[in-house]
Amino acid sequence: MTDIIKAFVTGGIICVIAQLLIDYTKITPARIMVIFVVSGVILGVLGIYPAIVEFGGAGATIPLTGFGNTLAKGVMKAVNETGLVGVLTGGVKAAAAGISSAITFGYIMAIVSKPKLK
Amino acid sequence: MSKKLTKHEYQYLVEKTMPTSRGLRNVLAAFFTGGLICAIGQVFLMGMKELGVDEETAYMLTTVIMIFLGALLTGLNIYDKIGKFGGAGASIPVTGFSNSIVSPAMEYKKEGYVMGVGARMFLIAGPVLVYGIFASVVAGLIYYLWVQAM
Amino acid sequence: MSTRTGKQTVVLSNPPVVIGGAAIVGKKEGDGPLARYFDQIIDDEYFGEKTFEKAESRLLRDTLAKTLEKCGKSAQDIDFIISGDLQNQCTAASYAFRDVQVSFIGIYGACSTMAESLALGAMLIDGGAAEMTACMTSSHFCSAERQFRYPLEFGSQRTPTSQWTVTGAGCILLGKQGNGPRITHVTCGAIIDMGIKDANNMGGAMAPAACDTILRHLQDTGRSLDYYDLVLTGDLGSFGRSILTRLLKDNGVDPEGRYEDCGCMIFDLERQDVVCGGSGCGCSATVLSAYILELMNQKKLNRVLLVATGALHSPTWIQQGESIPCIAHAVSLENIPE
Repeated sequence: MTDIIKAFVTGGIICVIAQLLIDYTKITPARIMVIFVVSGVILGVLGIYPAIVEFGGAGATIPLTGFGNTLAKGVMKAVNETGLVGVLTGGVKAAAAGISSAITFGYIMAIVSKPKLK
Repeated sequence: MSKKLTKHEYQYLVEKTMPTSRGLRNVLAAFFTGGLICAIGQVFLMGMKELGVDEETAYMLTTVIMIFLGALLTGLNIYDKIGKFGGAGASIPVTGFSNSIVSPAMEYKKEGYVMGVGARMFLIAGPVLVYGIFASVVAGLIYYLWVQAM
Repeated sequence: MSTRTGKQTVVLSNPPVVIGGAAIVGKKEGDGPLARYFDQIIDDEYFGEKTFEKAESRLLRDTLAKTLEKCGKSAQDIDFIISGDLQNQCTAASYAFRDVQVSFIGIYGACSTMAESLALGAMLIDGGAAEMTACMTSSHFCSAERQFRYPLEFGSQRTPTSQWTVTGAGCILLGKQGNGPRITHVTCGAIIDMGIKDANNMGGAMAPAACDTILRHLQDTGRSLDYYDLVLTGDLGSFGRSILTRLLKDNGVDPEGRYEDCGCMIFDLERQDVVCGGSGCGCSATVLSAYILELMNQKKLNRVLLVATGALHSPTWIQQGESIPCIAHAVSLENIPE
């Protein structure tokens, strides 16, 4: 139960930061998404984000910063294993499941469902 | 106009008098929505660990499940309402990433499966992948050089 | 024959008559305060068609048919159809009328299109080029979202100055003779750009254009604002409306008590979740063709100045960092005692 609450709070705080940026600056939501992913990569490489994951669990991996962290983790692991080639392969390899599933589910939904005005 | 404001004066007037979304409501909604989505993910994560799935795979599968749920709720014409309520609380979690891929795929089906669905699927999520992956390559390169130097 | 007065105003010496009009709207508009004035309310946003673009064309076609039916005319009585919309290359109108075999003038004035088509139609008739013109326009929430914003199912919050594109089409039949309100003056606006770059703040962007055209109209005609029972802007919304009121007051014109905005009339802003109100070509077109025309025919309103505003940007120009050029056209509608 504690882990679920920790996830709730961690995820909630990350989203609140994004919401404050949307409401109080002129940065558009599309740019905020980009900023969050890139921040995740940077914090991941610096070893800060893994500590947040340690605390928040899914609350840290599910937000877009977690996606950035996954990319960073993947690229570092690949560099350790295969050297320079890993720079190009590591990130996408680690994110492969997310990207492929988003494309697959997106394609299926496009076939079976249509947009509606509510 | 007999009395002309300069562009600068007018923009200042608009800036000063326009309604803003600043306030506690949006922040609380984002906290609640984002928190709830992550808590649901945590339940899946713990469930899988319980079943003996190793940590790395469990995290990956949790992401895949959340992407599926985001896609499903988009297909059922529900996720846009969650987004309207939760703001960043709905767009920052990976379910929102999924929504940003599924919604244009559905919208542009009318323009065909190749130039519609295929070409426009990453209309919104494209930049996230471009900058995320590019950042990972730059980070990897720096990491490689740092390892070499050590 | 039409003559000019002042810098931008045209006086129509044989003022063309509004023979009749019709408006068809979508479900949300049909839930609004003006529901009972519309000729038809359609619940399905696809209108039985396969796409939103086709739905909008259908809306235009049906609205013309309805107008002709109400006025007891046929398409062959019309000399020109003047119409436009928000779709790329004005296509809702072009596809709508590809089978009617009537001279067609396609125009783009964004949300000012209704006033623009009335102005052109009136000048064509007064100039002797036509006996009868159909002046119309449409917008559709879903096709406009596609054109200017995000996919429908994308979960995002609307900014506090955003507006809701009206799904609806309005048509007014103008003729040389007949009974009804007449178009006596037309003031075509100049493009005004005060440097607003936020495409979600159309009211703020367009208010200066409305102010410019109203002041120009008053100066050219020598009228004061009190001459009109109602000054009606197209779709400034609640924020644009308050800015325009302030701009007019700064120029010594107090619009209080005789100024309304179609965007604030077509929806219930408190109840219908449209943020600052309605927008789109269909906003002023439907409010005018259904509600205002009815009030004028009942002589509850006798002098109305329609000032429809348009934001003439495209997503491409906005992405390139440009600001929004805006326009407002004014058309003076008057019941002239026989």
